[in-house]
Amino acid sequence: MLPILMGVMPFGMIYGVSARSAVTPTIAAQAMSFIVFAGSAQFLTVQLISAGVPAGVIIATACIVNLRHALYSASLAPYLKRLRTGWRMLLAYVLVDEVYALVITHYQQRDESTHKHWYFLGAGLTLWATWQISTAIGILLGAYIPASWALDFTLPLTFIALVVPNLKRRADTLAAATAGVVAVLAAHLPFNSGLLVATFIGIILGMSIEVISKTTHQRSHNNPASADRIAPPLVGDSHPQSPENPSENPTRQTREEGTPS
Amino acid sequence: MIWLLLLCIGIITYATRLSFIMLFGKIEMPPLLLRILHYVPMTVLTSIVLVQLFLPKNTLDLSHSNPRWIAGLIAAIVAWRTRNIFITILIGMVALWSLQLLLRL
Repeated sequence: MLPILMGVMPFGMIYGVSARSAVTPTIAAQAMSFIVFAGSAQFLTVQLISAGVPAGVIIATACIVNLRHALYSASLAPYLKRLRTGWRMLLAYVLVDEVYALVITHYQQRDESTHKHWYFLGAGLTLWATWQISTAIGILLGAYIPASWALDFTLPLTFIALVVPNLKRRADTLAAATAGVVAVLAAHLPFNSGLLVATFIGIILGMSIEVISKTTHQRSHNNPASADRIAPPLVGDSHPQSPENPSENPTRQTREEGTPS
Repeated sequence: MIWLLLLCIGIITYATRLSFIMLFGKIEMPPLLLRILHYVPMTVLTSIVLVQLFLPKNTLDLSHSNPRWIAGLIAAIVAWRTRNIFITILIGMVALWSLQLLLRL
């Protein structure tokens, strides 16, 4: 948590400095940290305001830049579905990049703790408070941390430390690497959309590798002609002994072979 | 006018974050979607990281005068071997500072 806060501080201060000159009244610059609470969207909004871009375009841009939050929302939703509505509404407010990285790693750990939403809230509120304070410092005093300290580098380092140990299967590693390469190549697509393109290509690749390795694994038991029927059992990855698995159900297999697809 | 703009962006941002969290409490999720979501954290976060490592000043820099990707690579190896967050960040920062110093010589 601490390295993330150290990384967020310079970002917040730099936002404060740039918002101070672009947004009038100054109080609105700080209010944006309350109302929006999204680093990259705030940076972009400030830049567009100072460039005199029409409000409609600014709103549309913020929409697209924030689309990755929908991915975070979908990714965490299964873990939060038992929480009361009030909890979910509160947690959604603090769901920024850094909190997502911490919280999803915490939820994916295989222990039976039922208090993980408290971890989510704690991480979220700590980050929220740090963001508010650092943008206020930037607005009031300017940014005083020397650039050569490179404290912002703690953010990618934290993400590396969280992601790398979780790349357990070949499909995971290849999906992550491909997404990263695509993101670098597509970094100059407008509105940060390269990130979404990269994510979708990575996911598709990971899913394809799962299907292919499943197919080659089952080829010894299976008629290759029925390989395209392997996709549905893939879903039941967690219970390979289920009777739905075609390789263990010769009766169904024979019946399906006669059916034209 | 500025307040209206901020309010619009704030509501949109919040709605995006709340979207699936609210939706999935009400409907049952197909298992295929769960398989897809498994890949979200590693792909999104790796994308964010690699862009920061290879485009430090918004332009692609694969040369040895860009210490960020080298320090990031070192950190990734440390993370893979140790699985320890603090050691990874510590060695990553030390690597970045050392490389910055070397470049100035």
